[in-house]
Amino acid sequence: MRDSSAPCGERVQDERLVAALPAGPSMSAVVELRDAAVAHGAATVWAGVDVELRAGEFVGILGPNGAGKSTFLEVLLGLKELREGTASVLGAAPGERREAIGYLPQRRSFDQSVRVRGRDLVALGLDGTRWGTPMPGLFRARRSALRARVDEVIAAVGAGAYANRPIGECSGGEQQRLLIAQALARSPQLLLLDEPLDGLDLPSQASVSALVQRLCRRDGITVALVAHDVNPLLSYLDRVIYFAGGRAVAGTPTEVITTQTLSALYGAGVEVLRRSDGRLVVVGQPDTPAHHDHAHG
Amino acid sequence: MFALPFVRNALLAGSLIAIASGLLGYFIVLRAQVFAGDALSHVAFTGALAAAAVGVDLRIGLFAATVLMALTFAGLGERARADDVTVGVAFAWILGLGVLFLDLFNASSSGGSGLLGARALFGSIFGLSGGEAALAAVIAAVLIATTLLIARPLLFVSLDPAVAIARGVPARLLGAVFLVLVGADAAEATQAVGALLLLGLLAAPAGAAHRLTARPYLGMAISAAIALASVWIGVALSYRVAALPPSSAIVLVAGAFYVLAFVRAPRLLAGVLRWTR
Amino acid sequence: MNPSFSVNPISDLDQLLQYPFMVHALAAGTIVAVIAALVGWFVVLRRESFVCHTLSVMSFPGASGAALAGLPLASGYFVFAVGGALAIAFGSRIGGKRSATAESAVVGTVGAVALALGFLFLSLYGGILESVETLLFGSFVGITAAQVRTLLVVALLAGGVLAFVGRPLFYASVDERSARADGVPVQALSVVFLVLLGLAVAAIAQIVGVLLTFALLVAPAATAQLVTTRLRLSLALAVTLSVLETWAALTLAYFTNAALGFCLTTISLVLFAAARVARERRG
Repeated sequence: MRDSSAPCGERVQDERLVAALPAGPSMSAVVELRDAAVAHGAATVWAGVDVELRAGEFVGILGPNGAGKSTFLEVLLGLKELREGTASVLGAAPGERREAIGYLPQRRSFDQSVRVRGRDLVALGLDGTRWGTPMPGLFRARRSALRARVDEVIAAVGAGAYANRPIGECSGGEQQRLLIAQALARSPQLLLLDEPLDGLDLPSQASVSALVQRLCRRDGITVALVAHDVNPLLSYLDRVIYFAGGRAVAGTPTEVITTQTLSALYGAGVEVLRRSDGRLVVVGQPDTPAHHDHAHG
Repeated sequence: MFALPFVRNALLAGSLIAIASGLLGYFIVLRAQVFAGDALSHVAFTGALAAAAVGVDLRIGLFAATVLMALTFAGLGERARADDVTVGVAFAWILGLGVLFLDLFNASSSGGSGLLGARALFGSIFGLSGGEAALAAVIAAVLIATTLLIARPLLFVSLDPAVAIARGVPARLLGAVFLVLVGADAAEATQAVGALLLLGLLAAPAGAAHRLTARPYLGMAISAAIALASVWIGVALSYRVAALPPSSAIVLVAGAFYVLAFVRAPRLLAGVLRWTR
Repeated sequence: MNPSFSVNPISDLDQLLQYPFMVHALAAGTIVAVIAALVGWFVVLRRESFVCHTLSVMSFPGASGAALAGLPLASGYFVFAVGGALAIAFGSRIGGKRSATAESAVVGTVGAVALALGFLFLSLYGGILESVETLLFGSFVGITAAQVRTLLVVALLAGGVLAFVGRPLFYASVDERSARADGVPVQALSVVFLVLLGLAVAAIAQIVGVLLTFALLVAPAATAQLVTTRLRLSLALAVTLSVLETWAALTLAYFTNAALGFCLTTISLVLFAAARVARERRG
């Protein structure tokens, strides 16, 4: 079972990758991409990608800006078509099992003026696509079931204390928890989170990462979390899929985030260094639009 | 007061128009599309007067102009907001065009008493005949029903477009339908309070509701209720005080509600009550 | 009065200047056009065109209130426009951080309430029909010599203030942070400018009406800024365009009997659109 699309010289390493895979979450694939390629207009974003997400795994989707991490999520959601290759999500074509997927898109912060309660936003995650307006007196049973579920997911993410406040007044970390609750409302099997840690302070990053791992383990949800810095996630991830140089590599963090693997991926001399505080830093990345100073994994 | 037919007509049409405007207004403010309401008021005026100048029923011009404008906005999408200056100059021209039509109408043989300008600008809710009031009421009822039908997905897509779209909510279609509803409501409200005072029904009650509650469905209800109360109180006041034009009364009451919401009157009231105990 | 347009400019000018009301109208129009261009130039620079519209609408109850109270209309315009400017200046300080949603609802409501109030005063005053159209859409008939004198005073005042604060105002408008760091009193300047805007709006509204003030204030300046980025040239161009547009509108209205508002907005739109299109082609 090939996980990476590294060039010939790395094949030996692949066997070691396979052998080193930990037992644990079941080996059934929730998401499979085979020889997949995707393009923005004429330009190819990535190609020859062979990856899978297994049930109950917590997978980090990493890579520099512009490498196509969000695009990967869009493919899984059926919002972007593959130019080549196949993709299967929860046993069907992407976009067909929408109700079983929870999605947290990038950079949603609600400004102060949005005076809608966090709780209502979570409720929309449950019934937002249904027509009509909830009216007092109608469908009592359904409405109390809805309310119970909303309470449940809010408790699951630990947001009970501020769920009734207007979401614009909540801090970044609080907003993210509520949005995760929204994504969880329909008991999804697959949770896709696009840069949920972006802009959060370190303690919030840690607590959100821990929360996600808890949900993974407890409810067996498969999670793909896009991040541009692996460090807050390092101790929680099961596996990593690293996009760069138009290709992708998958494996455990210690396997993927190495000088050898990443150099092969980028096709250039990058180095992975471990700083004195334990953080991993990648240097020498060839330029992709935007930041140079990625404190990265 | 209720014995008089012109009052009954005014209340019939006015009530339903108020509820529709309150509901739609909640979303207009939520989606930050108040400028669209402003634009619609300009074309409403000109549309009505164009119809008059040509010799057809005002309402035809009114609805045609507003719905057309709404569709244009929907078609332009984000680009509609691009440039304050261009938009402003263009709509100033539309108003100028309206004045031209007004002059043409006044100069023509069917010129009438010259009240047309004031009616189009400031409404004529007491001038509605039974038939006109009934038609306005029916249209408003349709608007209300449609709005309630799309309320939930519209709320979802207004607050959280990325997730809603990922879930399959038809965002563009809903946005277009919403604008058409607003256009039609603008035409309706013009009959009640006039083109210039539209935002008094579309923005003020909704603005107040947004300040009063963070619960969306409750907010919709409050917005509709405030609009309804404004119409009733306005009509009653205007009936009592002959010199007070109904449209002014309605809008001033709505404005008062907004101010009350600003100073958080509910809290103030609760506080006062506690203190007096 | 049935003026007829001929190809001979001298005869046309002669017809234009035949009646005192027209002379007053042209004089007032010219003065107002100059104020509009100068102040409007900064309005476009500072992207405050919406505030313009709100201020002019706020002056409407001032004018009709003055009529009701038997005071000269001009005083009503000025008091309410400047009062509105101060309210906006200090209101935005108190308000703190606002968002697009909250602000637009407030502004929309203020506009509607102002118009409702103005209409109320007019109804109480009793002279609704013509007054409404005159106040809202302007008129060039019935401008008195006294009005022209008042406008001249306001113009000189506005011109003087602008000459004095023009440079720091420009700096603050273009690069607020650096200006502040350099010691320019940015806050005070914006208050001063708003008051100036109020004066300008009140002056313009008397000629072209409350609802179309925006067109004269913003369009020529915006057109000029599209044509050139050289400061003095663009200011001079704005004034020239503004005066030309006003004269053209007045002439057109005089000879064709079409409403002044329509003439002015059409001419200003055409020129602005032409400048826009030319810009797009070039860039």
